[in-house]
Amino acid sequence: MKKFVSIVLATAMAAALAGCGATATPTAATSESGSTASAAAIKIGGIGPITGGAAVYGTAVKNGEELAVKEINALGGTQFELNFEDDEHDAEKSVNAYNTLKDWGMQVLAGPVTTTPTLAVAAEAAVDGIFVMTPSASAQAVIETGDNVFQVCFTDPNQGVASADYIADNALATAVGVIYDASDAYSSGIYEKFKAQADSKGLSIVAAEAFTADNKSDLSTQVTKCKDAGADLIFLPIYYTEASQILKYADSIGYTPAFFGCDGLDGLLAVEGFDTTLAEGVMLLTPFAADAADAKTQAFVKAYEAAYGETPNQFAADAYDVIYAIYEASEAAGVTADMNAADICEALKTQIITMSFDGLTGTNMTWDATGAVSKAPQAVVIKDGAYSAMTASSESAK
Amino acid sequence: MAITKLKNMKKTTKSNLITFGIVVAFYLVIQLCTGMGMMTSSFAGQLVPICAYIILAVSLNLTVGILGELSLGHAGFMSVGAFSGTLVWMTTSATLPSWLALALSFVVGGVVAGLFGLLIGIPVLRLSGDYLAIVTLAFGEIIKNFMNACYLGYDANGLHFSLKDSASLHLAADGQVLINGAMGITGVKKASTFTVGIILILITLVVILNLIHSRAGRAITSIRDNEIAAQSIGINITRYKLMAFIVSAVFAGVAGVLYSLNFSTLVAKKFDYNTSILILVFVVLGGIGNIRGSIIAAAILTVLPELLRSMNDYRMLIYAIVLIVVMIFSQSPQLVAWRKKTLAKFKKNGSVKPPKGVA
Amino acid sequence: MSEVFDAMQFLSYLINGISLGSVYALIALGYTMVYGIAKMLNFAHGDVIMIGSYVVFFAFGSFGLNPIVSVLLSMVVCTLLGVTVERVAYRPLREAPSLAVLITAIGVSYLLQQTAQLMWSSNPKSFTSVVGLRAVSLFDGQLMISGETIVTILSCILIMLALTWFVNHTSAGHAMLAVSEDRGAAQLMGVNVNATISLTFAIGSALAAIAGALLCSSYPTLQPTTGAMPGIKAFVAAVFGGIGSIPGAFVGGILLGIIENLSKAYISTQLSDAIVFLMLIVVLLVKPTGLLGKKVNVKV
Repeated sequence: MKKFVSIVLATAMAAALAGCGATATPTAATSESGSTASAAAIKIGGIGPITGGAAVYGTAVKNGEELAVKEINALGGTQFELNFEDDEHDAEKSVNAYNTLKDWGMQVLAGPVTTTPTLAVAAEAAVDGIFVMTPSASAQAVIETGDNVFQVCFTDPNQGVASADYIADNALATAVGVIYDASDAYSSGIYEKFKAQADSKGLSIVAAEAFTADNKSDLSTQVTKCKDAGADLIFLPIYYTEASQILKYADSIGYTPAFFGCDGLDGLLAVEGFDTTLAEGVMLLTPFAADAADAKTQAFVKAYEAAYGETPNQFAADAYDVIYAIYEASEAAGVTADMNAADICEALKTQIITMSFDGLTGTNMTWDATGAVSKAPQAVVIKDGAYSAMTASSESAK
Repeated sequence: MAITKLKNMKKTTKSNLITFGIVVAFYLVIQLCTGMGMMTSSFAGQLVPICAYIILAVSLNLTVGILGELSLGHAGFMSVGAFSGTLVWMTTSATLPSWLALALSFVVGGVVAGLFGLLIGIPVLRLSGDYLAIVTLAFGEIIKNFMNACYLGYDANGLHFSLKDSASLHLAADGQVLINGAMGITGVKKASTFTVGIILILITLVVILNLIHSRAGRAITSIRDNEIAAQSIGINITRYKLMAFIVSAVFAGVAGVLYSLNFSTLVAKKFDYNTSILILVFVVLGGIGNIRGSIIAAAILTVLPELLRSMNDYRMLIYAIVLIVVMIFSQSPQLVAWRKKTLAKFKKNGSVKPPKGVA
Repeated sequence: MSEVFDAMQFLSYLINGISLGSVYALIALGYTMVYGIAKMLNFAHGDVIMIGSYVVFFAFGSFGLNPIVSVLLSMVVCTLLGVTVERVAYRPLREAPSLAVLITAIGVSYLLQQTAQLMWSSNPKSFTSVVGLRAVSLFDGQLMISGETIVTILSCILIMLALTWFVNHTSAGHAMLAVSEDRGAAQLMGVNVNATISLTFAIGSALAAIAGALLCSSYPTLQPTTGAMPGIKAFVAAVFGGIGSIPGAFVGGILLGIIENLSKAYISTQLSDAIVFLMLIVVLLVKPTGLLGKKVNVKV
């Protein structure tokens, strides 16, 4: 029986090898004929988790990128072709996805979505000389990987520092509690910088409570500890899924501190079945608000809802901006589909740091050579189940 | 002459040679494909992970197949090996010649994982069956949780360590954070290559196959088959159980180093029970106790999800179905009996035919 | 004064622990039952719970059915699911090595998660509690025990008693005991092993539906991965209490919840998982078959 199994497996392996030999030929063919056939469209690769625990973020990015590519192609100018690959929020799978895209003939990479996979992929892309623009991988280390890596989201230090400044400058709290995800690079990254800035601003952190991906279903003790420590504001550098639980539990024990979060909290109001009255008064620094009044956002939200049947969150908006930023830079730099990836990378790299971009997640966005974006974080407060700009925001945004 | 030698060879030696042959042939075919420019980036990128998974599967098979104890914490050993080996690589690659630094990383990764194997093995091997399985699972989760909360930094005053956050390290201005909690180790200079991977597979095979066919190996198998009987003929149960467990851990650690040095970033989250189970799937699908089967199963099951990429959203669904169907077809006693019957019929027909052809 | 205050704090952490523990206990009851009789680790149990929660979410949250009717509907769906999975994926492997069934169960777990994601997307849903009971407030509101916790504990105790009675006082229950002791001997004595194991899965899956509804009532985030980690923790709880033992699952679950929350409260929120698993190892080393497990002597 063992022998039979090994025979079956060996045959399958031979088939697999033959399979990769077979796939090699068509790919080679496309890259050869690429100059003629795909002269119309620049090949954009996307990578993100569309299965597994982080699928919600990857799916939003995928949708946002698809929508932007569709719109851009309808304009009739530079044409894009998007291929989005799953990475299951895992570095190994992300590198695999990257290599698959390379075989497909990717010229620009709009991704990956999450921090750890992006670190692994960006290192590969730096060697290959492929332009990388990530919608949402916010760690400082991401842009340090190479000069070809750019971010559309704020870096974690930026968010942590801005949050601490905002809370301190507007005297929102006397005693701050923090609940963060210690198993997540994004969350622990913001917390770290928040703490450093809070210390220097004289803001007192009375409780810093962590949870991990393995015990995040029960956050009651963390909330209770903040309550017992007398925190009158809880800082939540986490995603909205866990935040909705924290709000619900705090309400059930009659604890009503102020809540302050970062861009990860965006999406809170769109959680199906969530009682939005619990989110009343929650403040967050976010570059994007789905019910903002400007025409651009409204058109985007309408198109997104029509296409995918749900309200877009900031991941979708960041992704949409990535595609448009690449589009504008390509137009300005005269990038065409018959250029190779390395030439496109050089052209975009020099173009992107000279231009100013108006997107959904900020106006007059600029990039410096390190790859970091500069845009004004917008402080919003949830009022009557919708975001409204906080009055004090203009003073502290500087 | 050579043929008669092959015929007179012991059956196990022949079988071992075939196993080595498969690995070497695999290496040559890949090198040939690469040389001829026939390799896709996608497949080339998976070669090192495939090597790492093969080592993991072979080493886990020693515990599961030869020793007969179910371990669900193999990724834990991989994790400690990966972190210690990568730290060694990070600190020595600038000063030492790179082959020496690399060899040192593998040795340290293996030794540290082996020490953990000893540490866990002594108390744990008193248990058996599902209880041993759950304790190994617990061990893997402890390692993951601990490494997630682990902060390690270095400055002029030496090493700093904290379990809270990187600010608690109190590093001097010139200090450098080596392990940053959930962010793990970043900025690793890639060092693993396919050739290194194949060399490590061959070393693993030499050690493990020799162990299996040695006196100690026979003792280990006798413990699997009947512990009480083995004890009654004077076999030191604890000693041999530990021996198998530690060897298994050492190679898991080496595979961890190989794996982590293939990526620029290393996080603890990768080494969770899902990874342990993945390795177990390789072992079971390749045939429990069948080393060659483990090698082939690990290679195929690593490539399979990548080949399914064109299925998009349905990819992992199909993977799950394939897993269930293959399990039922290869392990169900009724189906195995049916298959044997058909195979026997086939063989009968087959063995009749060739003489006819010759005639 | 401060001592009184601390005691109050301790009590509130303890209550958090019991709330969590009661959910673990409820899941562990299903686990331990299937393990005790079918002798297999059903890694897909957590995912059956997740499917059950989705059924309740749509029946109760979206279609506005009565909560009890919703849970009953979910029990029917889960029972059908559990029996089908057993028939299709596990029964062909009944005589195969136990590892084969373990891997198949993992395959089923992936399958259920992926199906849920394709059907209902990975967007989290906020579950509306099926429990109408108001929270009980003690010591002038300093301590709150939520309605969900009370209902979960009561359900646990009721189910535990019902299961114990069922196993000891009905012929189907006796058949289960017989199969659990010695499958081959039971068959020789005329017990229909396949039917008995199917029944076990039916009961275990129906319990999973109840557990799902109460898990998500207490911890309201519902995603395709919702069942996975509580499933593993409940498995740990079942081993903690002595796997196969019905009261053991209850005790193990409650203790696990308390240990998890007290270590978060007093030691470290970051390392609480490690502490929980360390406790498990310590317990198993002192008492290798769990707290209330039977000691089985191996004969030559």
